[in-house]
Amino acid sequence: MSSLPVAIQFDWELFGERIFNGEGVFWEALVTTVYIAVIAQVLGVVLGLITALAARSPVRVFRALAWTYTLVIRGTPIIVQIFFVYFGANLFLGFDLFPREVGLFGLALSGAVIAGTIALAINEGAYMAEIIRSGIDSVDDGQLEAGLAVGMPRHMAMRRIVLPQAARVIIPPLGNQFNSMIKTTSLLAFIGVYELFQDSQVGYSATFKPVEYFVSVALWYLLLTTLWSLVQVRIERRLGRHDLPEQREKGPIWRTLGRVPEEAR
Amino acid sequence: MRRARSGAPSGAFRRRLGDGPTTVGIGVGLLSDEAPTTARPGEREGAAIVSAREVCKSFGRTVVLDGVSLDVHRREVVCIIGPSGAGKTTFLRCLNLLERIDSGTIEVNGQPLGMRQENGGEWAPAGEKQQARQRTEIGFVFQRFNLWPHKTALENIVEAPIHVRGTEAESAVETAERLLERVHLAEKRDAYPSRLSGGQQQRVAIARALAMNPKLMLFDEATSALDPETVREVLDVMKELALGGMTMVVVTHEMGFAREVGDRIVMMSDGRIVEEGAPEQLFAAPREERTKRFLDKVL
Repeated sequence: MSSLPVAIQFDWELFGERIFNGEGVFWEALVTTVYIAVIAQVLGVVLGLITALAARSPVRVFRALAWTYTLVIRGTPIIVQIFFVYFGANLFLGFDLFPREVGLFGLALSGAVIAGTIALAINEGAYMAEIIRSGIDSVDDGQLEAGLAVGMPRHMAMRRIVLPQAARVIIPPLGNQFNSMIKTTSLLAFIGVYELFQDSQVGYSATFKPVEYFVSVALWYLLLTTLWSLVQVRIERRLGRHDLPEQREKGPIWRTLGRVPEEAR
Repeated sequence: MRRARSGAPSGAFRRRLGDGPTTVGIGVGLLSDEAPTTARPGEREGAAIVSAREVCKSFGRTVVLDGVSLDVHRREVVCIIGPSGAGKTTFLRCLNLLERIDSGTIEVNGQPLGMRQENGGEWAPAGEKQQARQRTEIGFVFQRFNLWPHKTALENIVEAPIHVRGTEAESAVETAERLLERVHLAEKRDAYPSRLSGGQQQRVAIARALAMNPKLMLFDEATSALDPETVREVLDVMKELALGGMTMVVVTHEMGFAREVGDRIVMMSDGRIVEEGAPEQLFAAPREERTKRFLDKVL
């Protein structure tokens, strides 16, 4: 290898180490990436749902708030939002909202992790709001009306009738959002969160072998997103169930009752 | 006139079946829990279930309802006919609070719709909860069925009893199975709506409305979205329901059905009631020019 006239040689040994034989801090960084992505996505979906419902609310103030929120978040760079939450919160509140170490449920988390997760969630919420809104819009008004007509209050008809159907439209783009979220967590390296990307940055600055580190970290992200897409396919197949009755096992009512209909045996 | 039964002059035929103790008619009592001959105790036949007064409604600048007043009595079948755009469907939707009226009053069972009485006795606009409670008393059957596609026929029917009324799952399922039998769809219990024909879907939708045990059933062109060959099965179920003594308001283009099953026909045009009367009178000798013109076109 050393005889090849290459300016920078690819260090296969280091590369292999990074892929197959990470150190303890590497696994910690991997876990941090995953749990930040999951928590930020869950919070983002909740925020998005609240925003989508607010956007359809008869109360004008709610609609205005939802509109402003999505406008500002979708119109500014996410890295600015992350910096704003991490540094800005402390500045405007006059005290350290995100200190270096935070005790939370017995875990020692860095303030940067919390601030970063919140920033990602706020960003995600604005995009999820649009996705959820178009999902709700895709359900025929007659579905909600049929719920109202049998005496459901609006929120119950929304929850039991409209949202389960909207979910079929929401889930595919939601899956893509999570795929994107896994990768976007890398931006938190810039506020000092020790996640996958930060781990390779630290390694590269110690060894000056950027390519080995960044290609290996790219493969790790690729593995995470690929695993996720497998999960996504399963979820989507499940959601499409009522279109293909032959794929159905037991209907929800039978699960509740613990009985299997004769025909299904 | 297509489906008029010979020797069965209109709604009178239904009352006649209901009066005689030994009548054997198709489907008599099939859809009612009680024998059609016995009026519920303390219940005056003919008491108004629906009482609408001067109902007005506009969508933007378009006046859709322009002072509609109508009483519907207990066990009565009122069929609303008229050209499209007459406001029939909007009026029906107002009766179930799916549309808000701009002015006028609608009382169902003596209760003003969309209103609630405050402690001081004053009437105020009802909140979401009271509106929902008022709707439980009124069944609504949509032109486009609106079955919930993510639930089976049975699940569509038990949904409201379980989640709105709080009925136990076991007994709700039992009731639903009985209702499915009554609309002749027992074997489709576990079928999803996508696997049912239009007529079957509409019959499940009727069963779904009946599961809440409504005092009044509203039908919004229930057969207009159906294939011609499935119209009959839905109309038959509606007829059986009428024979069972259900109070019904039926917006329909099926003149044969209106003539045969309706106790009273209401002709609407341009947001007003043009004329109303017994079917034999209205169809044979309409008083108004507008009614004549309409009937000439459709009969």
